Amino acid sequence: MKAYLTRRYLFSASHRLHSPEFSDSENRAVYGKCNNPHGHGHNYTLEVTVAGQVDAKTGMICDLVQLDTFVHQEVLERFGHEHLNALPPFADAVPTTENLSVELFRILSRFPQATLEKIRLEETMLNSFEYAGGAELKI
Amino acid sequence: MVYLTRKAEFSASHFYHNPEFTPEENRRLFGKCNNPNGHGHNYTLEVTVKGEVDPRSGFVVDLKQLKQVLEREVLSLLDHRFLNKEVPEFATAIPTTENLAISIWQKLQPKLEVARLHRVRLYETPDLFVDFYGEP
Repeated sequence: MKAYLTRRYLFSASHRLHSPEFSDSENRAVYGKCNNPHGHGHNYTLEVTVAGQVDAKTGMICDLVQLDTFVHQEVLERFGHEHLNALPPFADAVPTTENLSVELFRILSRFPQATLEKIRLEETMLNSFEYAGGAELKI
Repeated sequence: MVYLTRKAEFSASHFYHNPEFTPEENRRLFGKCNNPNGHGHNYTLEVTVKGEVDPRSGFVVDLKQLKQVLEREVLSLLDHRFLNKEVPEFATAIPTTENLAISIWQKLQPKLEVARLHRVRLYETPDLFVDFYGEP
Protein backbone atom coordinates (compact mmCIF):
# COMPACT_ATOMS: atom_id res chain seq x y z
CA MET A 1 0.00 0.00 0.00
CA LYS A 2 1.14 3.48 -0.86
CA ALA A 3 1.86 5.92 1.95
CA TYR A 4 3.53 9.30 2.28
CA LEU A 5 6.16 10.03 4.89
CA THR A 6 7.09 13.55 5.91
CA ARG A 7 10.19 14.46 7.85
CA ARG A 8 10.97 17.91 9.22
CA TYR A 9 14.40 19.59 9.28
CA LEU A 10 15.70 23.00 10.36
CA PHE A 11 18.41 25.20 8.93
CA SER A 12 19.35 28.87 9.15
CA ALA A 13 20.64 31.00 6.30
CA SER A 14 20.82 34.61 5.15
CA HIS A 15 19.83 36.21 1.87
CA ARG A 16 19.19 39.49 0.13
CA LEU A 17 16.42 39.92 -2.39
CA HIS A 18 17.72 42.02 -5.26
CA SER A 19 17.15 41.57 -8.97
CA PRO A 20 19.53 43.01 -11.59
CA GLU A 21 16.45 43.32 -13.83
CA PHE A 22 15.18 46.18 -11.66
CA SER A 23 16.62 49.63 -10.93
CA ASP A 24 17.71 50.36 -7.34
CA SER A 25 14.47 52.18 -6.62
CA GLU A 26 12.40 49.37 -8.18
CA ASN A 27 14.29 46.83 -6.06
CA ARG A 28 13.47 48.81 -2.94
CA ALA A 29 9.84 49.09 -3.98
CA VAL A 30 9.46 45.37 -4.82
CA TYR A 31 11.49 43.80 -2.01
CA GLY A 32 11.23 46.41 0.74
CA LYS A 33 13.34 45.54 3.80
CA CYS A 34 14.48 42.32 2.10
CA ASN A 35 16.49 44.51 -0.29
CA ASN A 36 18.77 45.80 2.53
CA PRO A 37 22.28 45.46 1.00
CA HIS A 38 23.72 43.54 3.95
CA GLY A 39 21.10 40.81 3.88
CA HIS A 40 19.20 39.22 6.73
CA GLY A 41 18.57 35.69 7.98
CA HIS A 42 15.82 33.20 8.63
CA ASN A 43 15.32 29.95 10.48
CA TYR A 44 13.94 27.80 7.70
CA THR A 45 11.86 24.71 8.37
CA LEU A 46 12.00 22.15 5.59
CA GLU A 47 9.43 19.36 5.31
CA VAL A 48 10.37 16.58 2.92
CA THR A 49 7.59 14.22 1.80
CA VAL A 50 8.49 10.94 0.12
CA ALA A 51 6.01 8.46 -1.28
CA GLY A 52 6.18 4.73 -1.85
CA GLN A 53 4.90 1.29 -1.12
CA VAL A 54 5.27 0.18 2.50
CA ASP A 55 7.81 -2.65 2.47
CA ALA A 56 6.27 -5.79 3.96
CA LYS A 57 9.49 -6.80 5.73
CA THR A 58 10.42 -3.47 7.31
CA GLY A 59 7.02 -1.76 7.53
CA MET A 60 8.67 1.32 6.05
CA ILE A 61 8.62 3.37 2.85
CA CYS A 62 12.36 3.92 3.13
CA ASP A 63 15.14 3.76 5.67
CA LEU A 64 14.86 6.95 7.74
CA VAL A 65 18.56 6.99 8.52
CA GLN A 66 19.31 7.04 4.78
CA LEU A 67 16.81 9.88 4.24
CA ASP A 68 18.26 11.87 7.14
CA THR A 69 21.81 11.31 5.90
CA PHE A 70 20.87 12.41 2.37
CA VAL A 71 19.10 15.58 3.54
CA HIS A 72 21.95 16.44 5.91
CA GLN A 73 24.60 16.02 3.21
CA GLU A 74 22.76 17.57 0.29
CA VAL A 75 20.81 20.35 1.99
CA LEU A 76 21.62 21.13 5.61
CA GLU A 77 25.41 21.09 5.18
CA ARG A 78 25.29 23.02 1.89
CA PHE A 79 22.71 25.65 2.83
CA GLY A 80 22.83 25.82 6.64
CA HIS A 81 24.62 28.92 7.99
CA GLU A 82 25.38 30.20 4.49
CA HIS A 83 24.57 33.40 2.64
CA LEU A 84 22.31 32.05 -0.10
CA ASN A 85 23.23 34.75 -2.64
CA ALA A 86 26.84 33.52 -2.55
CA LEU A 87 25.93 29.92 -3.47
CA PRO A 88 26.06 28.66 -7.08
CA PRO A 89 22.28 28.07 -7.51
CA PHE A 90 21.69 31.76 -6.81
CA ALA A 91 24.41 33.20 -9.02
CA ASP A 92 21.65 34.13 -11.51
CA ALA A 93 18.47 33.71 -9.47
CA VAL A 94 17.05 35.75 -6.60
CA PRO A 95 17.11 33.57 -3.44
CA THR A 96 13.43 33.98 -2.67
CA THR A 97 11.87 31.09 -0.81
CA GLU A 98 10.01 30.22 -4.04
CA ASN A 99 13.32 29.77 -5.90
CA LEU A 100 14.87 28.01 -2.90
CA SER A 101 11.93 25.57 -2.83
CA VAL A 102 12.39 24.71 -6.50
CA GLU A 103 16.14 24.21 -6.00
CA LEU A 104 15.66 22.01 -2.92
CA PHE A 105 13.07 19.90 -4.75
CA ARG A 106 15.54 19.44 -7.63
CA ILE A 107 18.26 18.30 -5.21
CA LEU A 108 16.02 16.06 -3.09
CA SER A 109 14.42 14.36 -6.11
CA ARG A 110 17.77 12.54 -6.48
CA PHE A 111 17.15 10.61 -3.24
CA PRO A 112 17.46 7.04 -4.51
CA GLN A 113 15.41 5.06 -1.95
CA ALA A 114 11.95 6.64 -2.42
CA THR A 115 10.07 9.02 -4.70
CA LEU A 116 10.03 12.66 -3.65
CA GLU A 117 6.39 13.80 -3.51
CA LYS A 118 6.80 17.41 -2.43
CA ILE A 119 8.64 19.78 -0.18
CA ARG A 120 7.29 22.45 2.11
CA LEU A 121 9.52 25.29 3.21
CA GLU A 122 8.68 27.70 6.01
CA GLU A 123 10.64 30.94 5.82
CA THR A 124 9.04 32.18 9.03
CA MET A 125 6.12 30.94 11.09
CA LEU A 126 3.91 33.12 8.89
CA ASN A 127 5.19 32.24 5.40
CA SER A 128 5.36 28.80 3.86
CA PHE A 129 5.85 27.50 0.33
CA GLU A 130 5.10 24.11 -1.18
CA TYR A 131 6.45 22.62 -4.39
CA ALA A 132 5.71 19.22 -5.93
CA GLY A 133 7.87 19.51 -9.03
CA GLY A 134 5.15 21.44 -10.85
CA ALA A 135 2.34 18.99 -9.98
CA GLU A 136 -0.86 19.98 -8.19
CA LEU A 137 -0.80 19.32 -4.45
CA LYS A 138 -2.60 16.37 -2.96
CA ILE A 139 -4.86 17.88 -0.32
CA MET B 1 -17.02 19.02 -1.36
CA VAL B 2 -15.84 20.13 2.06
CA TYR B 3 -13.04 18.48 4.04
CA LEU B 4 -13.18 18.26 7.83
CA THR B 5 -10.24 17.28 10.03
CA ARG B 6 -10.53 16.02 13.58
CA LYS B 7 -7.47 15.72 15.78
CA ALA B 8 -6.86 13.22 18.57
CA GLU B 9 -3.93 12.20 20.71
CA PHE B 10 -2.84 8.87 22.10
CA SER B 11 0.28 7.48 23.71
CA ALA B 12 1.64 4.03 23.03
CA SER B 13 4.85 2.03 23.06
CA HIS B 14 6.38 -0.22 20.43
CA PHE B 15 9.57 -1.71 19.08
CA TYR B 16 10.67 -2.77 15.62
CA HIS B 17 11.80 -6.34 15.02
CA ASN B 18 11.44 -8.74 12.12
CA PRO B 19 12.08 -12.38 13.10
CA GLU B 20 13.09 -13.09 9.46
CA PHE B 21 16.20 -10.94 9.97
CA THR B 22 19.24 -11.86 12.07
CA PRO B 23 19.73 -9.93 15.34
CA GLU B 24 22.53 -7.95 13.63
CA GLU B 25 20.30 -7.06 10.67
CA ASN B 26 17.51 -6.00 13.02
CA ARG B 27 19.87 -3.75 14.94
CA ARG B 28 21.39 -2.28 11.78
CA LEU B 29 18.03 -1.65 10.12
CA PHE B 30 15.98 -0.50 13.08
CA GLY B 31 18.68 1.01 15.31
CA LYS B 32 17.48 2.05 18.76
CA CYS B 33 13.90 1.15 17.77
CA ASN B 34 14.96 -2.51 17.98
CA ASN B 35 15.23 -2.45 21.81
CA PRO B 36 12.85 -5.31 22.79
CA ASN B 37 11.64 -3.51 25.91
CA GLY B 38 10.05 -0.91 23.66
CA HIS B 39 9.85 2.85 23.81
CA GLY B 40 6.94 5.24 23.61
CA HIS B 41 5.55 8.16 21.66
CA ASN B 42 2.81 10.72 22.06
CA TYR B 43 1.05 10.26 18.75
CA THR B 44 -1.13 12.94 17.18
CA LEU B 45 -3.77 11.64 14.81
CA GLU B 46 -5.55 13.79 12.24
CA VAL B 47 -8.53 12.21 10.52
CA THR B 48 -9.85 14.05 7.46
CA VAL B 49 -13.29 13.22 6.08
CA LYS B 50 -14.98 14.71 3.04
CA GLY B 51 -18.52 15.16 1.84
CA GLU B 52 -21.16 17.56 0.66
CA VAL B 53 -22.59 19.96 3.24
CA ASP B 54 -26.06 18.79 4.32
CA PRO B 55 -28.44 21.68 3.56
CA ARG B 56 -30.49 21.09 6.72
CA SER B 57 -27.74 20.62 9.31
CA GLY B 58 -24.95 22.57 7.61
CA PHE B 59 -22.64 19.67 8.52
CA VAL B 60 -20.39 17.47 6.41
CA VAL B 61 -20.48 14.96 9.25
CA ASP B 62 -21.93 14.90 12.74
CA LEU B 63 -18.77 15.61 14.73
CA LYS B 64 -20.21 13.90 17.78
CA GLN B 65 -20.58 10.64 15.82
CA LEU B 66 -17.10 11.01 14.34
CA LYS B 67 -15.63 11.49 17.83
CA GLN B 68 -17.49 8.41 19.11
CA VAL B 69 -16.30 6.23 16.21
CA LEU B 70 -12.75 7.51 16.64
CA GLU B 71 -12.82 6.76 20.36
CA ARG B 72 -14.40 3.31 20.00
CA GLU B 73 -12.57 2.02 16.91
CA VAL B 74 -9.13 3.56 17.38
CA LEU B 75 -8.25 5.34 20.60
CA SER B 76 -9.63 2.78 23.03
CA LEU B 77 -7.58 0.08 21.25
CA LEU B 78 -4.30 1.98 20.95
CA ASP B 79 -4.04 4.46 23.82
CA HIS B 80 -1.64 3.42 26.58
CA ARG B 81 -0.95 0.08 24.90
CA PHE B 82 2.23 -1.75 23.96
CA LEU B 83 1.39 -2.07 20.28
CA ASN B 84 3.44 -5.23 19.59
CA LYS B 85 1.82 -7.12 22.45
CA GLU B 86 -1.68 -5.74 22.74
CA VAL B 87 -2.84 -4.94 19.21
CA PRO B 88 -3.47 -8.15 17.23
CA GLU B 89 -2.20 -7.00 13.80
CA PHE B 90 1.14 -6.02 15.30
CA ALA B 91 1.85 -9.50 16.55
CA THR B 92 3.19 -9.99 13.00
CA ALA B 93 3.30 -6.61 11.23
CA ILE B 94 5.91 -4.13 12.45
CA PRO B 95 4.21 -1.19 14.22
CA THR B 96 5.92 1.52 12.19
CA THR B 97 4.15 4.84 11.68
CA GLU B 98 3.36 3.73 8.12
CA ASN B 99 1.68 0.48 9.24
CA LEU B 100 -0.08 2.20 12.13
CA ALA B 101 -1.58 4.83 9.79
CA ILE B 102 -2.80 2.06 7.44
CA SER B 103 -4.24 0.11 10.38
CA ILE B 104 -6.13 3.18 11.65
CA TRP B 105 -7.57 3.71 8.14
CA GLN B 106 -8.73 0.08 8.05
CA LYS B 107 -10.39 0.37 11.46
CA LEU B 108 -12.18 3.64 10.63
CA GLN B 109 -13.11 3.35 6.97
CA PRO B 110 -15.86 0.68 7.31
CA LYS B 111 -17.38 2.40 10.34
CA LEU B 112 -17.91 5.86 8.93
CA GLU B 113 -21.49 6.14 7.79
CA VAL B 114 -22.02 9.62 6.39
CA ALA B 115 -18.80 11.26 5.30
CA ARG B 116 -16.09 9.47 3.38
CA LEU B 117 -12.64 9.04 4.86
CA HIS B 118 -10.11 11.11 2.92
CA ARG B 119 -6.86 10.94 4.81
CA VAL B 120 -5.28 9.59 7.96
CA ARG B 121 -2.30 11.64 9.09
CA LEU B 122 -0.33 10.26 12.01
CA TYR B 123 2.44 12.17 13.76
CA GLU B 124 4.89 9.98 15.66
CA THR B 125 6.77 13.12 16.73
CA PRO B 126 6.35 16.73 15.58
CA ASP B 127 9.15 16.05 13.06
CA LEU B 128 7.82 12.83 11.52
CA PHE B 129 4.42 11.99 10.16
CA VAL B 130 2.77 9.64 7.66
CA ASP B 131 -0.24 10.25 5.40
CA PHE B 132 -2.41 7.42 4.08
CA TYR B 133 -5.21 7.96 1.55
CA GLY B 134 -6.34 4.33 1.15
CA GLU B 135 -4.26 3.88 -2.00
CA PRO B 136 -3.26 0.34 -2.95
